[in-house]
Amino acid sequence: MKYNSVFDIIGPVMVGPSSSHTAGAARIGKAARNLFGRQPAWAKIHLYESFAKTYRGHGTDFALVGGLLGMETNDPQISKSLQLAKEQGLEIEFIEDSAAVDHPNTVRMIIGDDKEQQELMGISIGGGKVEITELNGFELRLSGNHPAILIMHNDRFGAIASVTRILAKYELNIGHMEVNRKDVGKEALMVIEVDQNIEDSILQELQAADHIISIAKIVS
Amino acid sequence: MFRTVAELVEMAKTENIPISEVMIRQEMDVKEKTRDEVFAEMEKNLVVMENAIEDALKGVQSVTGLTGGDAVKVQKYMKEKTPLSGNLMMDAVSKAMGTNEVNAAMGIICATPTAGSAGCVPGTLFAVKEQLNPTREEMVRYLFTSGAFGFVVANNAFISGAAGGCQAEVGSAGAMASAAIVEMAGGTPEQSAHAFAMTLKNMLGLVCDPVAGLVEVPCVKRNAGGSSLAIVSADLALAGVESRIPCDEVIGAMYRIGKQMPSSLRETGEGGLADTPTGRFLKEKIFGVSV
Repeated sequence: MKYNSVFDIIGPVMVGPSSSHTAGAARIGKAARNLFGRQPAWAKIHLYESFAKTYRGHGTDFALVGGLLGMETNDPQISKSLQLAKEQGLEIEFIEDSAAVDHPNTVRMIIGDDKEQQELMGISIGGGKVEITELNGFELRLSGNHPAILIMHNDRFGAIASVTRILAKYELNIGHMEVNRKDVGKEALMVIEVDQNIEDSILQELQAADHIISIAKIVS
Repeated sequence: MFRTVAELVEMAKTENIPISEVMIRQEMDVKEKTRDEVFAEMEKNLVVMENAIEDALKGVQSVTGLTGGDAVKVQKYMKEKTPLSGNLMMDAVSKAMGTNEVNAAMGIICATPTAGSAGCVPGTLFAVKEQLNPTREEMVRYLFTSGAFGFVVANNAFISGAAGGCQAEVGSAGAMASAAIVEMAGGTPEQSAHAFAMTLKNMLGLVCDPVAGLVEVPCVKRNAGGSSLAIVSADLALAGVESRIPCDEVIGAMYRIGKQMPSSLRETGEGGLADTPTGRFLKEKIFGVSV
């Protein structure tokens, strides 16, 4: 089921005016920042359908940027985020994209700095709930309801086992897991939703495991 | 986990517990939390709702100036005159509109189930409270009952205007409030389901057509409609009136109607009231661009 908690319905507590276009947008922005691991230096933000048509009225632009700056849905600073981004040297460009997409509230965020760049697609499905549907060309379905780890790895036998062995050792329960690869033997992405937050020491151990390229964690 | 209103009502009947209790137990189970933790989390939402209404009754204005001040106007009218629809009704309407005025002014609210429809549940709660004198616990339970019905809608249809039109937002919110009023007033779980169905039936087909794409016009006044209908349906159900079409089938109809709605009537700000001469004029005035 798409919704599993009463607090998806009664909640979130948020700065107005729209749960899908403001609160959801802030959550997608925050997820993009968390996956990138730090504040980016620039962001190109493509908006589609309802997001493209109504973002100014709903403060979707303020909320997405607020999320990129690390703000939560109920942070009153969201209404000043564009100014704050400028002051912190985060360059923002908004593009109203007319390409066809599956969901009316879709955003593609390409963010980066002088070292790396990341491309993420997010949808806001209602009541502030969001899903991350694409990361760097990989399709995924990440609800953001639970803490999650994203692991880029090489498509080799044993890669998954080496990760799950470490999680089992620390008694971390996996709620949802998917694995995606671009091609046989090439780069692959493991997405693991867990019930508890994961300590940094465990992430370091995972990073050192066989065939692992990089790791990011999302805190719910 | 319950998937339908029929299952929800059945669970309440079998265990001989109110709808709110079914929701609380499920939440404890899903989140692996204690009753106190789940209750405390919901009480925080209640406090946010209470504060938003308090702010609204002091008077707020949105940045665009399109909305604000109507909640205060209604309260003044209630003091000076005798409202034709009665004080409780107008109090609910005022507090529902007020919550959405705070939302439009980028104040802090609790989405129920969305921000655009956030007025119906707290507006009715804080009005009905004056007559029923509930305990604090019963007020928190009101939110769990609302949430239980909203949970079914969200999983079987939709709760966002962009996906299903305003019937999915204010329609769901008003219907959730009806069900919760019935429980607070001592009605049965079946009566809650009938109240929910009767409100949603009257909201079917309602489009999402915000002027300039802003959650202001007509959203604030749609919350007046949703909250007043919530009280009417609750009274009907408590009087023993039943919905001929079962609750889950009404939700199914809402879903199919939403699927048939063109995108211009689903929160794109392109059709309906947004596409009237005044709607277009306001958009141009606010954003300074021709449309």
